[in-house]
Amino acid sequence: MTGLIYGLSALGLSVIFGVVRIVNFAHGEIMVVGMFGTLVLFRQFGVDPLLAMPFIAIILFGFGYLLQDWVIRRVAHLADHMQFLLMAAVAVMLIAVCLMVFKGDAQGVRVRYALDSFAIGSLIVDKVKVYAGVAALITSGALFAFFRYTDSGKAIRACGDNYVGALVVGLNVRRMFALTFGIGCACLGAAGAIMLLLIDVHPYLGPAYTLLAFTIVIVGGMGSLPGALLGGVLIGTSEALAGIILQPSLKTAFSFGLLILVLLFRPQGLLGRASR
Amino acid sequence: MLSVLIIVLYFAYVGQAWNVMIGFAGLLSLGHALFVGIGAYASAALFVHFGVGPWLGVFVAIALSVLVGCLIGYLGFRFSIGGVYFALLTIAFAEFTLIVIDHTRWLGSTEGLFLPVSNRETVDLLNLRGSPVMFYYVILAMAASALVLCRVLLNSRLGYYWRAIREDQDAAEASGIHLFRYKMIAIVISSGLTGIGGVWYAFYYNNLFPETTFSTGKSIELILGTVVGGVGTLFGPIIGAFLLTPLGETLTVLTAGFKIDGIKQFFWGVCVAVIVLFRPSGVWPWMSTLLKLDGRRDGAKP
Amino acid sequence: MSGAASLSVRGISKRFRGLAAVSDVSFDVSAGAIYALIGPNGAGKTTIFNMIAGVFRPDSGTILLDGAPLVGKRPDQICRAGVGRTFQLVRPFQALTVEENVAIGALTWTDDVKEARDYAGIVLKLLGLDDKRLSYPDRITLPDRKCLEVARALATKPKVLLLDEVMAGLRPTETDRMVGVFRKLNEGTGLTILLIEHVMRAVMALSRHIVVVNYGKVIAEGTPEQVTRDPDVLACYLGVEAVE
Repeated sequence: MTGLIYGLSALGLSVIFGVVRIVNFAHGEIMVVGMFGTLVLFRQFGVDPLLAMPFIAIILFGFGYLLQDWVIRRVAHLADHMQFLLMAAVAVMLIAVCLMVFKGDAQGVRVRYALDSFAIGSLIVDKVKVYAGVAALITSGALFAFFRYTDSGKAIRACGDNYVGALVVGLNVRRMFALTFGIGCACLGAAGAIMLLLIDVHPYLGPAYTLLAFTIVIVGGMGSLPGALLGGVLIGTSEALAGIILQPSLKTAFSFGLLILVLLFRPQGLLGRASR
Repeated sequence: MLSVLIIVLYFAYVGQAWNVMIGFAGLLSLGHALFVGIGAYASAALFVHFGVGPWLGVFVAIALSVLVGCLIGYLGFRFSIGGVYFALLTIAFAEFTLIVIDHTRWLGSTEGLFLPVSNRETVDLLNLRGSPVMFYYVILAMAASALVLCRVLLNSRLGYYWRAIREDQDAAEASGIHLFRYKMIAIVISSGLTGIGGVWYAFYYNNLFPETTFSTGKSIELILGTVVGGVGTLFGPIIGAFLLTPLGETLTVLTAGFKIDGIKQFFWGVCVAVIVLFRPSGVWPWMSTLLKLDGRRDGAKP
Repeated sequence: MSGAASLSVRGISKRFRGLAAVSDVSFDVSAGAIYALIGPNGAGKTTIFNMIAGVFRPDSGTILLDGAPLVGKRPDQICRAGVGRTFQLVRPFQALTVEENVAIGALTWTDDVKEARDYAGIVLKLLGLDDKRLSYPDRITLPDRKCLEVARALATKPKVLLLDEVMAGLRPTETDRMVGVFRKLNEGTGLTILLIEHVMRAVMALSRHIVVVNYGKVIAEGTPEQVTRDPDVLACYLGVEAVE
C-alpha cells in the first residue's frame, strides 16, 4: 500500500527528469512541504487530508512552475553537478524554512476513521491504508490520462523525446518545462497529503524520501511512468518484507543495496528507455 | 577563535581532497563523508580496541578508504555510470555504510564510538592527544601539504591529463590518454587524502556517531567550501572554507538570541544557490579576474 | 616527427541498428604515401576513420598498422601506437592554452612537461601558430583552431595521420598553406597521411592515390587522373565543383 504512494511521488520525479532533464534533489523536501501544508489545512480548517489533496496539489503546482521558470531555467546550460547542487541548496532552504515555522518535532493528523479497518476474507486491512492506496491509484490514473490524451500532455512528452524537434515544431518549450515541473510538484503535493494519513511529519523527513524516490525511479526506470509506479510498489513491498525478515531498521539499507545493484546492472531500470 | 580557525582548516583540507575527484577528474561524489567516516572509524577502532596509535592507524585508514574508493570508481567505470548516477551511487554507498555501522556493536553503533578523553594540558603528538593548539598545527600542516601536493600534481603530466579529461573525454582519449587509469588515480588520491582527514577528525572530536559522520548532510557540508570557492581550482577550496565557516559561526552567534532553528542551514542554501546562479565557476576565479591575477596557472576555467 | 607506417584496411564493415554504414571496405595505404578518402556526405568516411582510430569496433574485417592489428584496442592505445587523428568538428581543450593543448599530444611519448611544451613550441612554429601559443582556443580563428587540432595530433609523433576534413571552411590561401605544411611533412619525414576531404583543390594537390566511397562501399580507387575519369565516380559526384 505504502508502495503505491511511493510510486506516486516517484512519478513526479520521473516526469521531471524525463522532460526537463533536471535531477530534482529537493524532491523529498517538496513533499514534506506538501505534508505540512496538509497539516495546516487539517489543523486550521479541519479538512481531511484526502480532501485537501487537490488543493495542496494545486498550490505546489504553482510553486513548481515558478521555481522552474524563474530559477532552474537559468542553470540549464551548466554542468550536471551544478544543477544538482542548486536543487540541493533549494532542499536545504526548504528544510530550514520548515524548521523555522514548524519546529523540529514530529506532528501528525488523527482522522476519525484512523482505527477502523475493513475485513476482506480473513485479512484485516486498515481503512486508512486502503483509502490512501485508492487515492494514490486514482491520482496516478489521472496523470496517465493527462499524458496520453490531452494536448498539453502530448506536447510535454514530445519535449522530453526530442527537445530540438519540439522547438522546431514551435512548441513553447519554456512553458512546457515549467508545466512539467509544476505537475511533478503537484504529484508530490498529492503524495504528501496522502502520506500524512499514514505517518507523522517532521522537517528532516525529506532526504530519506528523496533517496527513496530516486531508488524507485531508477529501479523502475527513469522517464518511464509505469516504471515509477511499478518501482514504488516493488520497493514498498520489499521494504515491508525486509522489515519482517531482517531487522526493521535494516529496511533502508536493503533499499540502498537494491539501488546499488540496479545502478550497476541495469541503470535504465526495469521499464526505462534504453538510451540514457 | 582558534576553534573556528581549526574548523576552517579542516574544511580547507577535505575540500581540496574532494576537489581532486571532481575538479580534476570530473567525478561528482556526493557521499564523500563516506571516506571521512572510514578513516575516522578505522583509526578510532584501532586505538580504542587495540591501542594502535594514529600514526600507524592512518595507514589502515588510507588503505581502507582507497579500497572503497577504487571499488566505487571501478563500478562507475565498468558500468559506464556517469554524472548524476555516479553521484547517487556515492550517496547510496555512504548511507548504506551509515546503516551498517549503526548496527555494528564493535564500532559503537548508534551510541557512538568514544576515544579516551585526552588530557588537554599535555601534548602527546604520538597519540594525538593534546591541546587544541596541537590539533591546529597538525591540520595546518595537512592543509598546507594538500595545497602543495595539488599544485605539483596540476603542473605535472597528471594534471594536464586530468584537465584534458575534464574538458573533453573523447578528445582526450584520441590524444593518447588512458581514461580509466587517470580517473582511478584521481579517485585514489581523493579518497586517500579524505581518509587521512577522517583520522584527524576522529582524534579531534573524540567521539564518532554514524549519523553525524556518514550522513549526506555532512557530505554536502564538506563540499560547500569548494563549490563556493571554485571547483577545479587550486585555491578555491581554501578561499571557500575561509569565507563560509566564519560566516556560519558568526551567524550562529548572532541568531542565538532568537531561538530560531534552521537559520544557518537556510543561509548555506542561499549561498550555494547564489553561487550556482551567478558565479558558477566560483569565487576564486571571479576574484582573480578582479585582481587581474590572470595567470591561469591554477586550472581555473577562462 | 618519426618514420612512417603502412595502414591496411581489410574488409571492414559496420552496421548501426540495421543501417549498413560501411560494407566490406578494403584499401592499403603504403608507408609514406598520401591517400585521400572522398565521397558524398554520409558515405561512411568518418565511420571508417572512427574504426581505424578505435572509437568503434568493426563488425568484421581487420585493420593493420605495419602488420600489427589495431582492432580491439582502445583509442588511446591506438594513438600511442602511432595513429594521430583530427576531428571533423574541432575539439580543442577549451580551458588549456594553445601550447598546452599541443603539449597534451606530446605527453604521449614523454613524462616531462617541460619537454612536452618545448616540443609543442616546435610543432606550433611549423604550423604558423607560434604567436598564438598562450591564447585560449575560444579566442583564435577557426582556421587557427583547425591548425591547432592538427598540431595536437602531430605532437604525438604519429606514423600515420588521419585528417578529417581539415580544409573545410578555409579560404584558398589558407588551404594552400595547409597543403604546403602536409607536403613538407610527408616529404621530410615520410609521414603517412590519410585524409577525408571535400575540397578538391587540396585533394588534387596532395594525394597520389584516391579511394572513392559511396553508401559505405568503395566504388573506385586509383590516381587522381584515373578517378576523375571514372564514370561511377562522376555519376555520384554530379554537380560537385570540378578541379580548378
